[in-house]
Amino acid sequence: MKSAGSELQAGQTSTSGTFDVGRLRRDFPILARWVHGKPLVYLDNAATNQKPQIVIDCEARYYAEYNANIHRGVHSLSQQATEAYESARDTVQRFVNAAWREEIVFVRGATEAINLVAASYGQRLRSGDEILITEMEHHSNIVPWQLLCERSGAVLRVAPINDAGELILGEFERLLGPRTRLVAVTHLSNALGTINPVKELTTLAHAQGAAVLVDGAQAVPHLRVDVQALDCDFYVFSGHKLYGPTGIGVLYGKAALLTDMPPYQGGGDMIKQVTFARSTYADLPYKFEAGTPHIAGGIALGSAITYLAGLGLDAVAAHEQALLAYATALANDTSGLRLIGTAGAKASILSFVLDGVHPHDAGTILDLEGVAVRSGHHCAMPVMERFGVPATVRASFALYNSREDVDALFLALAKVREVFP
Amino acid sequence: MSPDLRNLYQEVIVDHSRHPHNFGRLAQASHHAEGYNALCGDKLTVYLKVTDGVIEMASFEGVGCAIATASASLMTDALKGRTVAQAESLLAEFRALVTGGATGAVPLGKLEVLAGVQEFPARVKCATLAWHTVHAALHEQAEAVATE
Repeated sequence: MKSAGSELQAGQTSTSGTFDVGRLRRDFPILARWVHGKPLVYLDNAATNQKPQIVIDCEARYYAEYNANIHRGVHSLSQQATEAYESARDTVQRFVNAAWREEIVFVRGATEAINLVAASYGQRLRSGDEILITEMEHHSNIVPWQLLCERSGAVLRVAPINDAGELILGEFERLLGPRTRLVAVTHLSNALGTINPVKELTTLAHAQGAAVLVDGAQAVPHLRVDVQALDCDFYVFSGHKLYGPTGIGVLYGKAALLTDMPPYQGGGDMIKQVTFARSTYADLPYKFEAGTPHIAGGIALGSAITYLAGLGLDAVAAHEQALLAYATALANDTSGLRLIGTAGAKASILSFVLDGVHPHDAGTILDLEGVAVRSGHHCAMPVMERFGVPATVRASFALYNSREDVDALFLALAKVREVFP
Repeated sequence: MSPDLRNLYQEVIVDHSRHPHNFGRLAQASHHAEGYNALCGDKLTVYLKVTDGVIEMASFEGVGCAIATASASLMTDALKGRTVAQAESLLAEFRALVTGGATGAVPLGKLEVLAGVQEFPARVKCATLAWHTVHAALHEQAEAVATE
């Protein structure tokens, strides 16, 4: 196994406290590349973040050394693969502090996890039942519920946000009622950076007898997550926003709920016995894992979590908060720049618009400076509508970003002003 | 500023994006269509007044980036006085220009300032949004006319 870079090249990048960004950057091979003749400044981490060499090696090693299908062969390779895959499940369980390993279901990503809950748990919804979401949700936490409403006759309710991009708690509470069967809410908004008080929301929802799904796709790389403390019923996230591969993600569900839920997809690996008369289903979590899964992805996700946990999520969060504060201060000093999303509790995301410049034009000019940001609606068109903008420029931070990256962003924004004075 | 960037955002383009020509709804339009770029959420509506196969007036409204807006502005200027057939060949030539293969078959005139887009494949959709919308407007109407 390749060890994480250990020697610090003096003066290469900044160091904040004991969190040595300069050294950590060397764990991520892609950060050494150049774009348009400029060193890459990667600030599109909310879309997907980069992978440390250790994760890339982990995935390659599965294919090079013990590629085999899991849960079925008695041969050595199959056993080794099964062991690695199941050990990754244990890693995920510890990472979110689930009570049982059976509560961790591997899926393709957060989107599939939400669709699984909508398809399976959703079968108990009836006409007149209500699903409550918030105005700041990603399309993936809106559309599956709309589809469920069409199927079941349930009604979708949307709790509004204020001008800072914070959920209006009073409105959320007002919309909760005895008809509310399910609450689906993001932990950390991808378009605004707002952190929702999910524990408080869960308590309110449970008081009305509603189950709670938390979309943790953005939260997991930045916040310590304890599903037992949150007491949410479902928590979903993707591997690729967590320094892991694409195509793998996690559904956490309380065992009691998952046990009562019908399967999502049928196929191999999710059954106990199959006859043409009827089939019986496997125990948790396999009931929800039909077919050969993304074995390499699951194993590599485990290694990504181990890497992140090794750095300490609190240290990572503190570093990213300092970066966000630094970037926010620079943004507030930039004339003609308006921040979209100024919640009191925020993490990792700086979303903004520039007077007289469309975000797409800004994105192209930033790219030529080597700065990768997202410009668009961030799959959150209702948020854009709420703030009366067609799109925003979004810079989003990861553990390997430095103050120099933020400086590069603002220098590049000055170039945008040269083109659009 | 890099030459590619200077070329993409020529002064003419920035000017047209800030002060677009033919901007607004055309009350007496015979054809109109809405164009939408799902990638960036840009939306615009194109209006045409076609009489005896000739585009007498063209206008547009909506929200778009500088490239999309300037392209729509220059396009609406260029379409006036052309026949529907001429407009279609102009569209083909313009698409060739921004994807890097202008044939020279149809003189593009002022539209050539958008040639810089060919260095930015991600922005081709922005440059062609208004043009695809004109195509849709003309064809929708043609079908409607055919059914009469």
